[in-house]
Amino acid sequence: MPTVSVKRDLLFQALGRSYTDEEFNDLCFEFGLELDEVTSEKDIISKEKGEEKAEGASETVLYKIDVPANRYDLLCLEGLVRGLQVFKERINLPRYEKIIPAKDEGQKLIITEETVKIRPHAVAAVLRNITFTKERYDSFIDLQEKLHQNICRRRALVAIGTHDLDTISGPFTFTAKAPSEIKFKPLNQSQEYTASQIMDLYRTDSHLRHYLHLIENKPRYPVIFDSNGVVLSMPPIINGDHSKISLNTRNVFIECTGTDMTKAKIVLDIIVAMFSEYCEKQFTVEAVEVTYPNGKTHIYPELAYRKDKVKPELINKKLGISETPSSLAKLLTRMCLNSHVIGNGNNIEIEIPPTRADVIHACDIVEDAAIAYGYNNIQMVIPKTYTIANQLPLNKLTELLRLDLAAAGFTEALTFALCSMEDIADKLGMDVSATNAVHIANPKTAEFQVARTTLLPGLLKTIAANRKMPLPLKLFEISDIVVKDPTKDVGAKNYRRLCAIYYNKSPGFEIIHGLLDRVMQLLEVPPNEENGYTIKATEAEPEAETYWLPVQHGVHYTATMKSSAFFPGRCAEIFVRGQSVGKLGVLHPDVITKFELTMPCSALEINIEPFV
Amino acid sequence: MGVLSWQEAQGSLTAKGEREPRRIVGLGIMSSEIKAPRPMTSLIGLITSQSPRIALRPHSLRRPERGSSRRTQDGAAHSSSSAEKEHFRVTAVAFPAVAMSPSVAELLLQRLERTPPGPEGGLCSLEAATALGLDHQTLVGAVKSLQALGKVIEAETRATTRWELSAEGAEVLRDGSPEVRLFHSVPTEGLLQSDAMKLPGAQALTHRAVRQVDAVQDTVQNSLRQVQEGNGNSLSERERTDLKKRKLLLEVTLKSYWIRKGSAFSTAVVRQETDLTPEMIATGSWRKLPFKAYNFSALGLPPTCGHLHPLLKVRSQLRQIFLEMGFTEMPTDNFVESSFWNFDALFQPQQHPARDQHDTFFLQDPAEAPELPTSYMARVKKVHSQGGYGSQGYKYEWKVEEARKNLLRTHTTSASARALYHLAHQGKFTPVKYFSIDRVFRNESLDATHLAEFHQVEGVVADRGLTLGHLMGILHQFFTKLGISKLRFKPAYNPYTEPSMEVFSYHEGLKKWVEVGNSGVFRPELLLPMGLPESVSVIAWGLSLERPTMIKYGINNIRELVGHRVNLQMIYDSPLCRLDA
Repeated sequence: MPTVSVKRDLLFQALGRSYTDEEFNDLCFEFGLELDEVTSEKDIISKEKGEEKAEGASETVLYKIDVPANRYDLLCLEGLVRGLQVFKERINLPRYEKIIPAKDEGQKLIITEETVKIRPHAVAAVLRNITFTKERYDSFIDLQEKLHQNICRRRALVAIGTHDLDTISGPFTFTAKAPSEIKFKPLNQSQEYTASQIMDLYRTDSHLRHYLHLIENKPRYPVIFDSNGVVLSMPPIINGDHSKISLNTRNVFIECTGTDMTKAKIVLDIIVAMFSEYCEKQFTVEAVEVTYPNGKTHIYPELAYRKDKVKPELINKKLGISETPSSLAKLLTRMCLNSHVIGNGNNIEIEIPPTRADVIHACDIVEDAAIAYGYNNIQMVIPKTYTIANQLPLNKLTELLRLDLAAAGFTEALTFALCSMEDIADKLGMDVSATNAVHIANPKTAEFQVARTTLLPGLLKTIAANRKMPLPLKLFEISDIVVKDPTKDVGAKNYRRLCAIYYNKSPGFEIIHGLLDRVMQLLEVPPNEENGYTIKATEAEPEAETYWLPVQHGVHYTATMKSSAFFPGRCAEIFVRGQSVGKLGVLHPDVITKFELTMPCSALEINIEPFV
Repeated sequence: MGVLSWQEAQGSLTAKGEREPRRIVGLGIMSSEIKAPRPMTSLIGLITSQSPRIALRPHSLRRPERGSSRRTQDGAAHSSSSAEKEHFRVTAVAFPAVAMSPSVAELLLQRLERTPPGPEGGLCSLEAATALGLDHQTLVGAVKSLQALGKVIEAETRATTRWELSAEGAEVLRDGSPEVRLFHSVPTEGLLQSDAMKLPGAQALTHRAVRQVDAVQDTVQNSLRQVQEGNGNSLSERERTDLKKRKLLLEVTLKSYWIRKGSAFSTAVVRQETDLTPEMIATGSWRKLPFKAYNFSALGLPPTCGHLHPLLKVRSQLRQIFLEMGFTEMPTDNFVESSFWNFDALFQPQQHPARDQHDTFFLQDPAEAPELPTSYMARVKKVHSQGGYGSQGYKYEWKVEEARKNLLRTHTTSASARALYHLAHQGKFTPVKYFSIDRVFRNESLDATHLAEFHQVEGVVADRGLTLGHLMGILHQFFTKLGISKLRFKPAYNPYTEPSMEVFSYHEGLKKWVEVGNSGVFRPELLLPMGLPESVSVIAWGLSLERPTMIKYGINNIRELVGHRVNLQMIYDSPLCRLDA
C-alpha cells in the first residue's frame, strides 16, 4: 500500500479546517485511508540516523497516510484534498478539460520505429501557464515518484519525464539509438556523458541503479530529442539537465513512455488532472499530437469520461441497504462519481472521471456507494445459508492422531516447510538429486532453497536448538512434505507425514518402535503380514533405494527416504498390508553430528495418507 | 508405641531405604545461607521411603523454578531407558543424601532441655555448633529435621553480620600492609622518586618517596588483626569501609537459628508416619499412628506427558469454530501452485506487484505447471485483457507463460478458487460454506512479526443474494467466537474482492483499533469465468493464524512461536486454548 506523506498544516489549510489527530484518523478510516503515522522530518531522521543528525531538521508535523493501491488519484496532497472535499460535499468535483490547439500550433511527438523493440509507447501533454510554489513543486516531483513506484512498476511499465517547455522546441522525436550515439548532460550533472557512461555513473546511485536493468542489455536505448537535437530524456533512466523544471517554470511538457499503453495513459491523466489546478485556466490541459511509426496520429491526454448505468436495486441488494435512487446517486457523487437518476428512477447514470481508472465494473461502483453510506452503518445480518459441515478426512485423522501422540508422551513441534538443500540431502547422507525435491528459484537465503521432503530435519533442528532441555526429548510432527510429481497439474504433490524422534543417552529404539505399535493400534492395524503391519530390516546397501508412496488414483510415485540416514543394521522399513509406508531406526552418528547433536537418537517417519 | 528414640527411628528407616534411601533434603538450605534468593528446599516431612514420587521435587520451589528442578531430576536420569524406571532412579540420585549423625539432633535436644523455658530461653545455632564442636551446617540439618517433626522445637532465623579477612587481607596480616612494606624497602637516606616508583607497592605513593621518619605503625595490619581476633566490631565504621574498599575485609551475612523449646518439646522424638502403607491398611495400625503434616503450599509432581504446540491448539479451535458454524473444510494440500490459480484466476493482473520476485517464491523445478484448465483459462485471459461480464478488464496483453509459472502459494485463496471452480462444475448450484487453515509462503523480509511462511485462515460462503451486511454479520459471529466482539470495518483494496473491508477490533490492552482480518465480496470477473451463476455472490475473509495466537499467548516475536528455534519449555507450559474465555 503506497504511503503519502503530507504536511499537516498544509493539508488542513487546503481542507479549510483543522482536525485533531484522532478526528483525522476517523475521517481516513471512513474513507478507506489509514493515518499510518504522525511524524516530522526531524523525527524521521532522528529515528534513522540518530538524534545528532536530526539537529536543525524541520519539525513541521507530517501525516503519513496509507492509500489503497488502486487509488492513484489520492497519491498527492492535491488529490487527497480533492477526494476528501468532494466526499464531505464541500466542493464539486472539477471537470478536467483538454484544449486542442489550432492546427500546427500545438506540440507534436513523433515516435520512430526503433522504439518498438524496447519501449513502444509514448503519450504527452502540456500544462500551460502553471504557477509553482516550493510546496507545489515538491508535490509534483513526489507524485511522479509515487506513480513510478506503484502503477509504473518501478518504471518498467511507464516512465515519466517533465520538462520546461520554454527551454526546448518541438516537434519532439521519441526514438532509440545505440548507447554510443546518445550524449547529453543528465539532470543535475555538470558535464555531458554518453549513454554508456551514464549507465556507469548511476551504477552506484542508490536510487537510479534499480532502473538500469530495464534497458542495459538492449542494443538501443530509448531517447527523446527536440527539433534542435537537445535530449529531453533517456527513459526510463534520467532526464536531460537542459530542460529541467524549476519553480519559475511556466509551461510544462510531460511525456510518459512505456511498455503498457493503458498504464501510460492513466499515468498521464493522473498527473495533468492533479496539477492543472495550478494552471492559469484551472483544470485545463493542452493536448499533444502523437504520431506513430505507421503515420497515424492520436491526441493526448485522453482525459476520457466514461458513462455507466447501474440499477439502484443492484446497489441495495449487494449491500443489504434500502436507499432511494436519488440518495444513492448522491452517495456516488460524493465518491467523485457524478451520478444522477434516469429513466423514472429505474437507473442511475454514473460518470466515471479520468482519475478513477480503478472503476472497471459495477461492483466498483457498488463499493463506492458503500463507502459513502458508511460501512459501519450497514446492518449486520447472519446469512441463512444452510449447510452441513464436513472435515477433510486427512485433516480429521491428523487431528485425532496428534492428540494420541501427545498422550503417548511426545511433544508436538511445528517446523518450517522450507529448508536448505543441505538439510534434506547432505546432512542425511544422500544426494539432493535423489530427494525429488521442489526447488525455489529466488530464495533470499539458503534457508529457503527447497520444500522439505522429510520432516526429520526440522525435528532434529528443534532438538539442536533445545539442547539445554532435560532429557529425554520426545518430539513429533504431523505435517506436509512436498515432492515433484509430473502427474499432478502443478507438477508437485504434498504428502502428510508423521515423524517422531527420541533423543537421549541411549538410542531408545524400543521406544520409537513402541510408538509405532501404538500408532498402528490406534489405526486398528494388527501386527501381522497379511492384513496388518510388519517391519523388516532394510538392505545393508541403501543405494538407489526408494519406497513407494501410494497415490489416490492408482498411480504410484516414488519418494526417497534413504536408509543412509540410519545406523547400519538399525533401520527397518514399515510395511502395511504389503505396502511400504515409511521407516524407523536409530539415526546414523554422522547425521547426529551434522545436526550438531551429541546423543543417540531414534526416529520414525511414515506417510499417513494410506490410513485415511 | 509411636515414640521412638531418634536413633531407633533412623535405624528403622534406613532398613527400608534400599531402593529409595532415606534422604534429608532440608540441607539445601545450607548453601543458601549466605545468599538468600536461591530456592530453598526444606521440610523433610514428606520425604520418606514410602513416597519416592514426592521426594522427587524440592518442595518449597515456587512455580517459576519448576523447570529448573525438573532439569535436575531428568538431567540425572540419563542412564534410564524407560520412563517409569526413570522416576525411581532419579530419586536415587537427585538429592545426595547427607549423612547426619542421629546424635546431633539428640545432642541439640539435650542442650535445649537445659535452657530456661519462655521466650527468653533458647540457643543460638552458631554458639551451639561451636559448643558441640560441629559444623554449623550439620547443626542446621538437625534443626530442620526436628522442625519437621512438629512442635518439638521452634526455630527462628536470624541474620548476623560478621567481618572476615579476604585472602589479600590475610596476606597483609601476615606480611604487613603494602605501604609499610614499601616504607621498609626505602633506605634510610631516601630514594629518587623515579626509582621509588619501581618498587613493589609504589602505586600507593601519592607524592614523593622520602623516608623522613625512622619507624611507622602499621595501622592496617593492626586493624586486620583485631578483625581476625573477632573484634571486628571495635573498628570504626570508616576504618571498616576503607578496608572493605581495599578488598582486605569482607562483610559476611550469616543466617543462624534461635532455637527454643516447642510446645511438644521432648528429648525423645515421636516418630510420625509419613504416609499410609498397604500394611497399615491391612493391619489397621493407621488408627493409632501419628502422621506427619503435608506441605500443601508446595507444588505437586508434574505428570509425564506430551504437549501440543500452541499454534496448532489455536488451529484446532479455529477448525472447531468453523465446524460449529457449518463450514466444510477445503483441500489445501498443495504448497506448490501455478501462477494461474494463485493470481490469474483471482483476477490479479500479471503486472501486479505481488507477482514480483520480491514478494513471491517462484520455483526453479518444477518451474512450470504442466496442466492448466484450457477453456477456463481462455475465459480468464479474455476478462483480463479485454474485459467482459460487465467489466472493462485490465486491457493488457495477458501471457500464458506468466500463468504457467509455478510458485509456493502466497495465500490459500488459490485453494478457494479451485474449490469454487469445482463447485461451478458440479452441475446444479448448491450453496456452500467453506473454510481452510494451512500454510502460505511469502518471499518477504523477515522481522519480529513476519516469517517466510505462515498459516492463513480463510472462510468462504457462496449463496444467492449475499450482501455486504451478510459478510459483516458472519464476521461478527466468527470473531465473537474468537473472543473478539468489538469490530469495525474499513474500506480497503484487494484485487479479487469488491467491496473489500479490513476488519478492525478494539484492543483493550493497546487502547486502539488493530487490524484482525481482511474480507470482501469476490469480483464477478473472478466468479463468472468459472461458470458460477450470475445470481451467486461469494463472500470471504482471511486472517493469519499466528497473529491471534501471539495475542492469545502473549508472544511478541513470531520466531518464539514457530519453527525449530522455539523453546520447548514454551510448548510444555502453554495453557489450554480457550479463545472466548
